[in-house]
Amino acid sequence: MMQTLIACHECDLLHRAQPLPENSKARCRRCGALLYVHFPKTIERSLALAITGLVLLIIANIYPFLSLESQGTILETTLITGTIILSEQSMAGVAMLVLLTSMLIPSLLLGALVYVLWPMKLGHRLPAHRRVFRLALALRPWSMTEIFFLGILVSVVKLAKMATIIPGTALFSFLALVFVLAAVNTFLVPITIWEKMDSWR
Amino acid sequence: MAMTRQHTEHSAARSGLFNCHGCSLLVRRMSAAGRGHVRCPRCGAPLHIRKPNSVVRTWALLIAAIIFYIPANLLPVTITTYLGSTQSDTIMSGVIFFMQTGSWGIAVIIFVASIVVPIAKLIVLAGLLLSIQRRSRWRPEERTFLYRVTELVGRWSMLDVFVVTVLVALVRLGYLTTIEAGPGIVYFAAVVVITMIAAMTFDPRLIWDAMEKNDESPVR
Repeated sequence: MMQTLIACHECDLLHRAQPLPENSKARCRRCGALLYVHFPKTIERSLALAITGLVLLIIANIYPFLSLESQGTILETTLITGTIILSEQSMAGVAMLVLLTSMLIPSLLLGALVYVLWPMKLGHRLPAHRRVFRLALALRPWSMTEIFFLGILVSVVKLAKMATIIPGTALFSFLALVFVLAAVNTFLVPITIWEKMDSWR
Repeated sequence: MAMTRQHTEHSAARSGLFNCHGCSLLVRRMSAAGRGHVRCPRCGAPLHIRKPNSVVRTWALLIAAIIFYIPANLLPVTITTYLGSTQSDTIMSGVIFFMQTGSWGIAVIIFVASIVVPIAKLIVLAGLLLSIQRRSRWRPEERTFLYRVTELVGRWSMLDVFVVTVLVALVRLGYLTTIEAGPGIVYFAAVVVITMIAAMTFDPRLIWDAMEKNDESPVR
C-alpha cells in the first residue's frame, strides 16, 4: 500500500502526501478540493465531542422542547411531537425522514464514533469497527440538526404574532448539539483514524 | 491560480490505482481482476475507478426530481384552519406571507432554501452532465467548484420540511387555529432527498477525464 500518495476525490490527481503543520489544510493543486487536514488529537477531540453529543441528545429527548401559550392554555411539545403528529396525518414518509435527519442519524453517527474511537483510545478494537466507521462517515451529510434548528427559528417567527412561544430545556440542549456536531465534522480527520487502524495490522 | 506542472500530472485512474471512496486508500488495480466486486482492504468499501454508471444514474435521479418538483410547488404544504375557514399555502405563498408581514430576512431565507437552491441544483447538475457527455474542456476548475457548492448547499432545502413539522407540532387540534401538513411537502421532501442522492452519484472526476485524454501538453 502506498501511503505517500494520495488522490484527489474530486479530480483524481495524484499527489505526494507531505506532513502538514498542525491545524493546516492541503488542497488539490489542480482543482482546489480539500485533500487532507492535520488536526492534532483528532481521536481524543472527536471522542469527547461524540460523548457530549450523546448526552445532549438524551437531554433533548427528556425535557420539553417548545411550549406554545395561547388564550391562557399552554401546549407543550417534545422533540418528536412533530414526527408523531405528521404520522397521524398520514405523512408517515415525511415523519420518518424528519425523525431520521433530526434525531436517529445524529444518534447513530455519534454512537458509531464512540464505538470506534473509545476502544481505539484504550488500544482495543471491537468487531466490525471498520464497517462501523465507514457507516459513520457516510451518515454525515444526512445529519441535519442545524437545518432543523433554523426551521424552528422560522416557525417561531411565523407564530410570534398569534401566540407566545416558550423555549424549553430540550431546545437549548438541541442548540448545543448543533454546535457539537459541527465541531465533530471539523475535528474528525478520517484519514488519521484509518491510518491508525492500519498501524494495528 | 497558476498551474505548475513540475510533477507527473497523472490521475490515480491512469496510474492503475483505485481511490477508495470510503477511506481514500490507493489500491493497485489487478490486471486479472474479473467482473466481481473488488473491495478496499482497509475499510471494505466496494472499489471503483469511477462511480458506477454515474452519468446515467444522475440523469435518472435528476429527471425524477424535476417531475416531483412540479407537485411540490403546486400543491399546498400547509393547510391552516381558523374558526372554520381553511387556507392552503404553497411554498411560494408561504414566502409571500413573510414578505407581507415584514419578515424580509425570513422570506429571503425560505425563498433561497426552497426555490433558488433546488432549481439551481437541477440546472447545475444537468449542465455538468451535458458538459461531460460532450467531453467539454471548458473551465474544469470552475465546473468542479460549482459541483462542490451544489453538494454542500443542497441539504439546506430540507428547511421547509422542518418548518412544516414544527408548525404542525405547535398548532394543533383543540385550539382555535390548527395547521395540517399538505401533500406538497411529501413531493418537496422527495425532491430534496433525490437531488442529494443525485449529487452523490455524480462523479466530478469525469470532468477531468476529458482534460486528460490525449493530453500531454497543457492547453490554455
